[in-house]
Amino acid sequence: MAAKIEVEKKSFSLKDFIQKENTVGYVFAAPFIIGFLAFTLIPMILSLYYSFTDFNLRGGDWIGLENYVRLFNDDRFINSVLVTLRFVFVSVPLRLAFGLLVAYLLTRKAKGVSFYRALYYLPTLIGGSIAVAIVWRELFSINGAVNVMLEGLGAAPVNWFGDPRMAMWPLILMSIWQFGSSMIIFAAGLKEIPAELYEAAEMDGANKLKSFFKITLPCLSPVILYNLIMQMISAFMTFTQAFVITGGGPMDSTNFYALYVYRHAFDFFNMGYASAMSWVMLVIISIFTVIVLKTSKYWVHQN
Amino acid sequence: MNKKTIKKITYHILILAFGFVMVYPVLWMISGSLKDNSEILTGSLNLIPDVFRWENFANGWRGFGGISFSVFFRNSLFVAVVSTIGTVLSSACIAYAFSRIKFKGSKFWFGVMLATMMLPFQVILIPQYIIFHRLGLVGTYLPILIPNFIGRAFFIYLMMQFMVSIPKELDEAAIMDGCNKYTVFTRIIFPLLRPALITSAIIQFYWAWDDFMGPLIYLQRPQMFTVSIALRNFADTTSVTDWGAMFAMSTLSLLPVFVMFLFFNKQLVEGISTTGVKG
Repeated sequence: MAAKIEVEKKSFSLKDFIQKENTVGYVFAAPFIIGFLAFTLIPMILSLYYSFTDFNLRGGDWIGLENYVRLFNDDRFINSVLVTLRFVFVSVPLRLAFGLLVAYLLTRKAKGVSFYRALYYLPTLIGGSIAVAIVWRELFSINGAVNVMLEGLGAAPVNWFGDPRMAMWPLILMSIWQFGSSMIIFAAGLKEIPAELYEAAEMDGANKLKSFFKITLPCLSPVILYNLIMQMISAFMTFTQAFVITGGGPMDSTNFYALYVYRHAFDFFNMGYASAMSWVMLVIISIFTVIVLKTSKYWVHQN
Repeated sequence: MNKKTIKKITYHILILAFGFVMVYPVLWMISGSLKDNSEILTGSLNLIPDVFRWENFANGWRGFGGISFSVFFRNSLFVAVVSTIGTVLSSACIAYAFSRIKFKGSKFWFGVMLATMMLPFQVILIPQYIIFHRLGLVGTYLPILIPNFIGRAFFIYLMMQFMVSIPKELDEAAIMDGCNKYTVFTRIIFPLLRPALITSAIIQFYWAWDDFMGPLIYLQRPQMFTVSIALRNFADTTSVTDWGAMFAMSTLSLLPVFVMFLFFNKQLVEGISTTGVKG
């Protein structure tokens, strides 16, 4: 009799335990917590460790800071940093500017606005695909449609992928072309701006241009900040387009950071060196993110 | 015509003209899929082919190395469907934990989740590869599929936003009727979450369908290639002279994306505007 009560009590407490808020919370959050530990935290620690070794897939020894020293003497590496920075600084501001401009043009209550939005979003939707990368390569090839068009306009054809000074431009254009998601986020932000503000400005005699700079931009600045940071991070990681379209060439002129990391990690299996490179990348991205956040207090208006 | 109508018409013409320039590369690809090789090689700007070569599709479909594109499409579909189901289900569970359950450390883990949104994936790519290599899983689909079952910060956030709009009284009423915290999720929250689930599923399907890096480093046997890897190999084989066939397969690879966009573009736009997903 006594034993039976105890069993009941025990099973009762187990049931109780399962129903406790803490247990329920951790059961449902388990995929994230386990996933974070297994696929983010442990890999990060491992990669930090590998960056101090000459690990290839067969094994490796501790070599201290050697990888990092080697990085700063690696001209191809320094070039890849510069190439990436150039790409980020040209493509991100233009992408945001187009996104904002088109979002602004499409806020008026005209017929067909949602159709137009879909039209302008289409390139972004498919832009990450290999199919589009292949098309881009053909469009800008020496006998491609872009050169045919240039010739039609009376300009000289450009050897886009043969000239180290030009090879970056098709990639930048492709990135700007995909302003769709910034556009949608800006459009959502524009909807939040109260119409009274514009009406008041109109009463004060402000024209469209003035009210754009005095009302739209300040009200939208938190959204601009968000878009800027997210687009910057993803631009720093650009890989697929360069991999398929230019392969990093000619003469490393489009050898983006992510591409160079990939070459060392998966073509040469210099996993240790590539790990050091990806940590330096994380530091560079963090520095730029912090700079943007720090300067944001001068140009982002709260409320 | 008064001034206002003229202004209106100019607006629509300008928007349409610029829109045409935007989608021109896509249209050019689609028309290229029907063009003759010589017409493609001369860089014709025409969107209507001189002669319609429907056989481009049949030629492309044959694939390479004796493997047809039906295999690649099946592989892509498998990878995309499994990772979509995994991501959506796990994200829904995690969102429920963060938005409805008060557990110790929930704020900490939520902060960690937000931080992972900003983490460049390259930093963990190499060690992840090494781990999967040690486990002997390189060359299988598992390294591509498993990481989808741990939720994705963007979708968790999207679903949490949505759950805010589900009144807490529903949970309480269900508990009165004998539900517990688990069945509240399965019977109340999960069914009501449907719009957010659909949005997340569409976006994740796109990502998985387009994914290149994962299949590139983990898949080795051509029989296992996804469409994106197959296309890239198809386009890179030096022996390829059949441009029309390449465009035909490129067009086909985007077909699922186009079709889904046609049906779900509203959900997609809503999802992007609430969370800022999709770079």
